[in-house]
Amino acid sequence: MPKLTINGKDVEVPPGTNLIEAARLAGFAIPHYCYHPGLSIAGQCRLCMVDIEKTPRPTIACNTLAADGMVVNTETDRVKETRRSIMEFHLINHPLDCPVCDQAGECWLQIYYMRHGLYDPRMTDEKVHKPKAVPLGPHVMLDAERCILCSRCVRFCDEITRTGEIGIFNRGDHSEIGLFPGTDLANRYSGNVVDICPVGALTDRDFRFQVRVWYLDTAKSVCPNCARGCNIDVHVNHRRPHHNEGRRVARLKPRFNAQVNKWWLCDEGRYGFRFVDDPDRLSLPAGKNGGPPAATTWDDTIRSLAETLEGARPDEIGVIASPRMSNEDLFALRRLTERLGVTHVGFRVPPAKPADDDDLLLRADRNPNTQGAELVGVGADAKPILDAARAGRVRVLWVFHHDLFASAWHEVEVRQALERVPTVIWSGTNANRTSELAHWVLPSAAWVEREGTFTNFQGRVQRFRRAIEPLGDARPDWDVIGRVLAALGAEVKATRAEHWFQELASTVSAFAGMTYRTIGDSGQIVAAAQEAATR
Amino acid sequence: MTRPTLRQQFYLVEVLSGLALTNRHFFSNMGKHIAHAFGRRDAKGSVTIQYPEERRPLSPRLRTLHRLVRREDGSPRCVACMMCETVCPARCIYIVADEHPNPEIEKVPQRFDIDLGKCVFCGYCVEACPEDAIRMDTGILEFAAYNRRSMIYTKEDLLAMEPAGPDGKPRTGIPIPADRIA
Repeated sequence: MPKLTINGKDVEVPPGTNLIEAARLAGFAIPHYCYHPGLSIAGQCRLCMVDIEKTPRPTIACNTLAADGMVVNTETDRVKETRRSIMEFHLINHPLDCPVCDQAGECWLQIYYMRHGLYDPRMTDEKVHKPKAVPLGPHVMLDAERCILCSRCVRFCDEITRTGEIGIFNRGDHSEIGLFPGTDLANRYSGNVVDICPVGALTDRDFRFQVRVWYLDTAKSVCPNCARGCNIDVHVNHRRPHHNEGRRVARLKPRFNAQVNKWWLCDEGRYGFRFVDDPDRLSLPAGKNGGPPAATTWDDTIRSLAETLEGARPDEIGVIASPRMSNEDLFALRRLTERLGVTHVGFRVPPAKPADDDDLLLRADRNPNTQGAELVGVGADAKPILDAARAGRVRVLWVFHHDLFASAWHEVEVRQALERVPTVIWSGTNANRTSELAHWVLPSAAWVEREGTFTNFQGRVQRFRRAIEPLGDARPDWDVIGRVLAALGAEVKATRAEHWFQELASTVSAFAGMTYRTIGDSGQIVAAAQEAATR
Repeated sequence: MTRPTLRQQFYLVEVLSGLALTNRHFFSNMGKHIAHAFGRRDAKGSVTIQYPEERRPLSPRLRTLHRLVRREDGSPRCVACMMCETVCPARCIYIVADEHPNPEIEKVPQRFDIDLGKCVFCGYCVEACPEDAIRMDTGILEFAAYNRRSMIYTKEDLLAMEPAGPDGKPRTGIPIPADRIA
């Protein structure tokens, strides 16, 4: 382990650590553009210059490995002067219209200019003009003038996705980022180049001009679009409701987690939040008594549901849970089915089109909590329930989140089943063909509107936090189930998702000892998976 | 607290001294006006400006009703950067951005509303604007309306406005469409 001194502070770092990371460990930030911990070293931007004792000139920190006895200074006058000159060099052809640029507010050129810049520009020449607002693919827009040629995006496409669509073309100050002829930046991870672009050269076509970044609030969350459970930050806009076309969730950004997704997020997950502010969101509980669905109150709904469930024999009740429900929801549901003695419980509904794994993040299982559903114990395959319903052996069927018509099950069979059951209850966020046939439609809060945990395919339990208020009267599933339980006479003490999790942790051995606090921001592995890993 | 003196407690004395003050001003002004009318030009009594027929001159620096500056082709100079919307302490500016067909300009406001019912005329929007696209120099001070909705000025209203003339008088009328009144 090399021991070195940075700005007079002694640090010991793992072998193979470069000086930027070593300084980070010592608590010093070295400005840089081209260096990214997930990509190879390019040494392109020259901004990370530091002074190393016994070297004649300032040296780039990104490509210098920490060595034993090294004495590094990141704030000498010579380093500051070098930074200023390099910033001046980067800005020679960079347009000075920050307010218009969509990156303003989260731009490293702005940040470092404020800290290290030369405030008195000496350039009088006309800037080199390059193409602006060029779509590179379905998600990314290029402004070549704003590019500082750090080559992060080029390296991302070469090394991470290995698709190599982007390159740097021409020479000198006419160099510019562009697509290789005949290609399109349409790989599954194209949105990441926007995140790693330190300036406003690559912007998100989905987010561009929708809302300024300083209006956004953020909440730590987990992506619900596949079994990986990538860590994300949900960026929401509730300060200026007239922006972002009135949608509350503005964008999702990956959040670093070394064990799950590193720095990345796939496009499917990144743009998979639109359902939250979709016009087909359900906001009021609705029931139909032979007529069209009429909006009602939760109190009336819960009372009627409890009566219906009590009025049916346990073997006449079917429950199709969903791997899109959180661990807390599933545990509350397990409590309910245990109390009623329901045996027709399942959660696996095969998707219409089997998705595929890829070698980076995406998992074939596009549900966030299949592992959790298995561990909590809410049955398995839901097909027997469908068959029982078709045979007329089910009087009450409660379906969570699934659109059964969008599954691999035959449409005719689904329709038969739903029409045969006298009371179909459907819980979910957005209206679909299954909810249209249901007798009770219960609006669920979307994952960004509530707290909870998902268990990913590795058995890692991860928390997601509330970013916005639930739409209308939508409620988390655990709340609805808990209130039904209370109406059935059970003692329900849980008033928050956390309470259900505490109960889950004290009941199911896989979750034993876990609390929201121990899960923290980066998740915690369930006991079974931990044992498997140590074996 | 000090107790009022006996003189103050005896109400009538104070009333009479107040009346005396009013009368002194009234008669001295009347005398000055009469003297003025008879040719004594140096005698100047207090005057009343007969608003709205008569108006005081406005300082050219006075912050009056906003306008959006136009480019040569009549489109707004505004690039919808939201600086004014951000800085506005009354939160009375509502901008929705759109992509400009010319990538050199990049952005254009699709919507630019100022709710004058909320505006405090601080002029920060003018200060913040990097494009000099919003100014408060129309010379218009009277923009009362019959309802709150009519106090919201849209992009089109604001673009139609002209700066005040060199005499400080407004060159555009109050831009409330007739169908919006009451």
